[in-house]
Amino acid sequence: MSTYTWAAGYVDDGDRPQIVTSRFKYDDGYTLERYHATGGYDGLRAALARTPAEVHDEVKAATVLGRGGAGFPAGTKWGLMPPGKFPRFLVVNGDESEPGTYKDRLLMERDPHQLIEGCLIASYAAGLAQVFLYIRGEMPLAHERVATALNEAYAAGYIGRNILGSQFSVDIVLHWGAGAYVVGEETALIESLEGKRGEPRLKPPFFPAAIGLYGQPTIVNNVETLSNLPWLAVNGAEAYTAIGTATSPGTRMVAVSGHVKRPGVYEIINGTTTFRDLLYGDEFCQGIRDDNELKAFVPGGGSAPWFTPDQLDLPFESKLVGAAGSMLGSGAVMVMDHTTDIPKAALTLVHFYAAESCGQCTPCREGGTWLERIMQRLADGRGSHDDLDQLFEIGQAICPGVFPHAASERVGLEAKPFPFKMTTICFVGPSAYTAVHSAVTLFRDEFEAKIVERRRIPVSIEAVGAH
Amino acid sequence: MSRLNEANVILAKEIIGRYPKARSATIPLLHLSQQQNGYITSEAMVHIGELVGATSAEILGTATFYEMFKFEPVGKYLVNICGTMSCQLLGADELMHHAEARLGVKAGGTTADGLFTLEHAECQAACTEAPNMQVNYRHCHRMTTAAFDQLIDDLAAGRLDGEIPPHGTLARVRQQIPADKAAGVASLDAPAQPAWMPAPEATS
Repeated sequence: MSTYTWAAGYVDDGDRPQIVTSRFKYDDGYTLERYHATGGYDGLRAALARTPAEVHDEVKAATVLGRGGAGFPAGTKWGLMPPGKFPRFLVVNGDESEPGTYKDRLLMERDPHQLIEGCLIASYAAGLAQVFLYIRGEMPLAHERVATALNEAYAAGYIGRNILGSQFSVDIVLHWGAGAYVVGEETALIESLEGKRGEPRLKPPFFPAAIGLYGQPTIVNNVETLSNLPWLAVNGAEAYTAIGTATSPGTRMVAVSGHVKRPGVYEIINGTTTFRDLLYGDEFCQGIRDDNELKAFVPGGGSAPWFTPDQLDLPFESKLVGAAGSMLGSGAVMVMDHTTDIPKAALTLVHFYAAESCGQCTPCREGGTWLERIMQRLADGRGSHDDLDQLFEIGQAICPGVFPHAASERVGLEAKPFPFKMTTICFVGPSAYTAVHSAVTLFRDEFEAKIVERRRIPVSIEAVGAH
Repeated sequence: MSRLNEANVILAKEIIGRYPKARSATIPLLHLSQQQNGYITSEAMVHIGELVGATSAEILGTATFYEMFKFEPVGKYLVNICGTMSCQLLGADELMHHAEARLGVKAGGTTADGLFTLEHAECQAACTEAPNMQVNYRHCHRMTTAAFDQLIDDLAAGRLDGEIPPHGTLARVRQQIPADKAAGVASLDAPAQPAWMPAPEATS
């Protein structure tokens, strides 16, 4: 074993446009020297040559969708800040921890200058006074690479006072997390950055763009979202929207893990690439391991309802995937072949969300734990038929009403579209229920097969006496 | 003894100076304290409270929320084995069983020689490289039981000292913000329109 220096997991295959991974092929893609040699900081120069409003308009025109999970357009988000209210902050969400998600860590480890340049362009366009780059605590290599890049960029005059001789001044402060999934939720991230427990704030009425860090207008953007900006600033919105579809332009990074022949992180064309391309395509995962049959896959991180082979031909387009009963989330596909023990696989996700509940909302704190205990005994073969109904009952307390799920020919189900109603402040509670609901709805037979009927032992007094 | 030492107080003040409000430095200072002592002590939390202007109870409240802060000594190497979906699908359970047998402790335990603490961990953002684990948060990808044994041998023999510092030390590079280059902390008391933004800002 050795700790690696190469971009483990990234697969550079096929002839697709590379917006954010173009430097991953270089061993030294994280250095300022390589960044300079490959057009680095040209985007910042291009931005500074225009007015902030022009740069903002370009990002709006490109419809750069947020890559953290919600998919909200970045340019629109910036425009939600109340005019004239300063100072404004940028908080970079580098707290990647959604099950299955692996892309922001690569972007920070392999191309930290690209992220820094993205932060600078955003700050210039939206009038942000200070940037806090919040990196998940369990990523020391990302921390070291970003810290080194920041030090280089300060020395070269890209960050700080009067950047490249302009009026534009901004500091970027590297900040550490310390291990809490819920902090990836933007208001919890802000609480954490204020030195508190990472408990999400109630929203609406106030979103961070209006009242965020220290009560000031705050933009929270994902690492991948910001990493798109240097390319966009150089090439323009027209070139950006020429890739992908009108509603899902550009590319996006997707991690495919689990039972595929070539698991990896791929930069795919947004909106048109289908799950079948991704799982079976030669330039992507090349099929299911050992040519096994596909049983199910999670299309958008641990919080997304599951798909089955019925949904393979859906493209990476959020509206279509939403109508089919799930979400694209954070670009994380987890694949299960026919050998998978479904109750056990679902249990890992329930366990995750139950463990990561911040404890603020009762339905999540209590419900998540109950779901986990019941799933544990079902997976262990100690469950009962009542347990299956109980799971749905607890689910109703977290997400009242119809819960989204995919269509399934096998069990004769029609799709129920995304999203759901919820009784909790953030999505951790519903996410604990998602895997349970998908697994039991699509594979109820597997749960029932594990249920052992406890019957009274049919012996009579005489039979006992006979011994 | 467990308060931050002199050099770390200087560093702590520099870190605090980067934020509009001192309390934002709580988590970075807790990391600094854990780097110094290997875990978080009560005295350290009192000291951090003094430095950032919070009560020690507030610091305790924050510190206990986060998984990475330990309140009693742990091994020199914290071995975290991921058990979330992608890793579980590709053998995380077997890896954990093997690790427990090899180290002779259950998950959550520390070996008698104080070298290793074994923990079950949640998703480590390396899902394509499953099964995955971390030693002091350094990723080890596509682990096998043989690779695990080799890793433990190497760590015990000190062969990986250059790559994996003892528990508590996260990154070996710190950000430096040179005073002559700094734009300065955003002022919350005297808010100003950024110099590069046209004033008054056009409403859109």
